[in-house]
Parts: sequence; structure tokens; C-alpha cells
Amino acid sequence: MDDRARLLVELGAVVLALGILGRIAGRFGISPIPLYLVAGLAFGEGGLVPIVTPEGGFLEVGAELGVIFLLLMLGLEYSARELVTSMRTIAPAGLLDLALNFSPGFLAGILLGWGPVAATFLGGVTYISSSGVVAKLLGDLGWTANRETPVVLSILVFEDLAMAVLLPILGAMAIGGRASAALISILVALGVLIAALAITYRQGDRLGALVFHASDEVSLLTVFGLALVVSGIAQSLSISAAVGAFLVGISLSGKAAERAESLLMPLRDLFAAVFFVFFGLTTDPRDIPRVFWVAVALGAVTAGTKLFVGWWAARRRGIGPAGRTRAGLALIARGEFSIIIAGLGVGVAGAEQLPALAATYVLMMAVVGPVAAKLADPGRVRASTQV
Amino acid sequence: MAELTETALPGVGQRVDFISKDGRRVGVVHHHTGKRELFVCAPSDPDAVILSLRLTDDESHALADALGGSSIVESLDDMAQQIEGLAIDWLVVSGDSPWVNRTIGDTRIRTRTGVSVVAVIREGNAHPAPDPQFVIEAEDSLVVVGTPEGIEAVGQILTSG
Repeated sequence: MDDRARLLVELGAVVLALGILGRIAGRFGISPIPLYLVAGLAFGEGGLVPIVTPEGGFLEVGAELGVIFLLLMLGLEYSARELVTSMRTIAPAGLLDLALNFSPGFLAGILLGWGPVAATFLGGVTYISSSGVVAKLLGDLGWTANRETPVVLSILVFEDLAMAVLLPILGAMAIGGRASAALISILVALGVLIAALAITYRQGDRLGALVFHASDEVSLLTVFGLALVVSGIAQSLSISAAVGAFLVGISLSGKAAERAESLLMPLRDLFAAVFFVFFGLTTDPRDIPRVFWVAVALGAVTAGTKLFVGWWAARRRGIGPAGRTRAGLALIARGEFSIIIAGLGVGVAGAEQLPALAATYVLMMAVVGPVAAKLADPGRVRASTQV
Repeated sequence: MAELTETALPGVGQRVDFISKDGRRVGVVHHHTGKRELFVCAPSDPDAVILSLRLTDDESHALADALGGSSIVESLDDMAQQIEGLAIDWLVVSGDSPWVNRTIGDTRIRTRTGVSVVAVIREGNAHPAPDPQFVIEAEDSLVVVGTPEGIEAVGQILTSG
């Protein structure tokens, strides 16, 4: 086979495998993210069927696009107004969440002798819940209208904003170099973030109307092009491409942005899947046994801390005991954002075990979170017969 | 009317609910996607939904009609709240009203109160801008526009002549 034919067959095999895994995930009602990671681990170097070479090909670019789509869509999901209003009410719980869930990862990194930079990445991995998995969980279990749900959603909003601050910091740390240069790029990123929020808070709908067009095709190309250009610029300023995409998403709001979400959804799903596989491919599964018990311990601790944060935040809003537990359980799942942060940390000095540890940790938490929440659900079908 | 509470669901949409007489939380989630979700909570755990129903646009209109509050009524309600000093109301003509089987002209509503009859709703069908020869039937709803006092006077006229 010539190179081009080989590329098509390889790519087709991977995407087809993802389709089959997605089907299996749907069958059991779990997130497909862990299965995508497993596929990446299995097909890559050191895996069961090492057939795919990730470097320099479509998968590498596709993975990069996956991160951009994930963050762009995340930004589109919230309007600046929603961000600001929920920030006001959720700040205490959000800060507790940051303190309790960042520290276990950070401390584990220090104890493993990774050094503070690599440990910060591990802190990021354990901190952020998976908005994707949690949103799906709330929908699947019919918890959307529950009284504790606004608490859960607000904490996710806080985490996403925290990530917009964290990513440029991590990006600067990953590149290394002088502290002063890193500080400048962090300050630039924060300045741009605040400016974008301020502009969109007043003019978001108008910006949306400017970018979007009656033709879906034109809208899609404009938004995607804009996101890529801004991400590229952000990357060149060493802010991290992901933050650029997030800012573009946040700046656009209103009716037009809602339509853009449905336009971009299929592309996001495709490229995000590629991203998870790529992360699995670049992780050597032979490293997993060495970090397995660390991942289990971290998982146990950070499931507990998330449970407590949800419980505490819900109690502050006057939610009953059952609702407090549900809020905590809903937050346990980690997923896409932990992997994005781990992906940024690949190649950082001292973080050699980070990919394997993050992959194992996310594999566990993306499954444990939803399963725990489902077990806590008091059987709606049974209850609904007594309405 | 039961008091409706609105709660923002960031990234999802808006939740509108109220507490029913028997202590259950009942409401609707308006998703950003346009989907609506009707829900009922258990009295034992008022935080948790025990029944939820996803409705399309069409279905929610059908349900609203079945419940008796037509969607025209809701939008008129909004309008009346937006324009100060102007009231819009619809008055049902009961079977024992002296004006059943007589014309709108006979009632001399406009001359006596300054209120205009802008439409008549009969069996769910709207008859906009009825002329003075329009014959009123029992159970018609007259959609009237005018001052709040004028509309009150029309109510009097319709029941007692």
C-alpha cells in the first residue's frame, strides 16, 4: 500500500473502532470517553495491537482541533451574563472546590518527587469535573429540574472560568523559560479574558449577530475560522490555543450562538474523539502498572472531596440531605478537561508519568462518577407510578 | 394564581416552577435548544423530580390549550403588562347574559365605556375586528381593549345590561 492508502485505511480503522465503542458505551449508558482512551492505549506503542503511529499525521492535527472544538463549544454554552451571575452566588463553593480538589493532585505530585511544575499539572487533572459527562448524567437521570441542579451547574461554570485562568498559567509553565516571560504571558491572557468578558457582557448578542449568517455554511466557516485564527494567535503568545478558542466561544452569545452549537456539535464529537484516542496513543500502557495504585488512591480521595463540595454547596442553598448527596455524586466524574490539562503537561520535566497516571485516573473517574450517581437514584420509574 | 419562580440553569436554560396546593413542586424547564420539559416533584423529597416529560413546541402548545390557558391569552397578558394605562382583557359572556343572541352594536359598549371589542373568540376560533352587526352567543369570549375602569364597566354591562 502506498502512504496515502495506508493513511486512509488507518484512519478509517480508528474512526470505525470509535463508532463501535460509542455503540457499546450507549448500550450501557456510560460516557464513551474512557473507551476512546482504551482504544488509544490498545492501538499505540506498547499496546495490544500497536498499528497506528500518531506522530505528524492527521491524528495529531485532529487532536489539536479536538481541543479547540471542546473549548469553543464550552464557551458558546455560557453567555457572559450567566457566567457573571453564577459567579456571584457560587464563589465560596467554587473556591472550596478548587482548594479541595486541586490539592490532592498537587500533593501527590510533590510526594512522587515530580517537582512543583509537574505537580501543578496533576492538580489541574484532579480539580476539574467533566462538564460533558456531568451534563449528560443530569439529562439521563432526569435531574435537570431538581432543586440542587443549579448548584451543580454553577460549580461547573466556576470551574470552567477557573480553567480559563489556569490554562494560560499551565501553558506558560509547560514552555518553561524565564519566570518574567511566563508572568507576562499570564497577565496578557488574564487581561484578554477580562476584556472579552466585559465586551461580551454588553455587546455579546450584537457580536453574535455580526459573525453569524442566515446560511449555516457561512456561519460554520466564519466561527471555525475565527476560532482557529484566535487560537493560533494565542498559541504564538504562549497563552495556549485552548484559551483562545474558549474566549471566542464566550464572546459570542444570543440566539445565533445557540444555533452555532448545533452546527458545531458533530464536528466537536468527531475531533474530540480523535483527541482522546491520540492521548491514549501517545501514552504507553506499560507505564500504567507503576502508577495504578496512585491513581486509585487519588480517585478515592478526590471522589470524596467532590462529594463533600457538592454536599456543602447544596446545603448552603437549603437543599435536603438526598439532594445534597446527589449534587456531590454528580460532580465526581472527570473527563475531557483533565485530559486536556494532562496533554498540555506532556514533555514537562518531571512529568514523565503524568500521561499514564492521568489516563488511568480519568478512565476510572469517568466510569465511577456516573455509576455512583445512578446507584443513588431512587428509581424514578418505580416512583413515577405513584404520582 | 400560584407564584412562579424562575431559576437560571447555566448552559441548560431556565427553570420555571411553583409549589402546588398539596406541596409538590411543579414546573417546566425551558432548554436553550427550545425543548421544554414538564416535571413534577415528590412530596417526600421536594428537591427531586419523579416525573418528567419532554415536549416539542407543538406538544407544549397543545398541552397549554388542554389546560385552558391558551397561548394567545399569555401573550396578551404580557402585552397588557408592557403598556401602562392600557388594559387588555377577555370577558366570557355567560348563558344568562341579556346580550346573548343580540349584536355588539346593541350593547353600545364603546359609547358607554370607551372600550373597544377587538376580537371575539368562539370555540377556540378568533373572529378579529367584529363589526357592530356581529351576533353574540353564550360562552363567547370578547377580547376588549381600554382603560382598566372601562373594562370593569363592560363586565357589569355584560352581566346585567
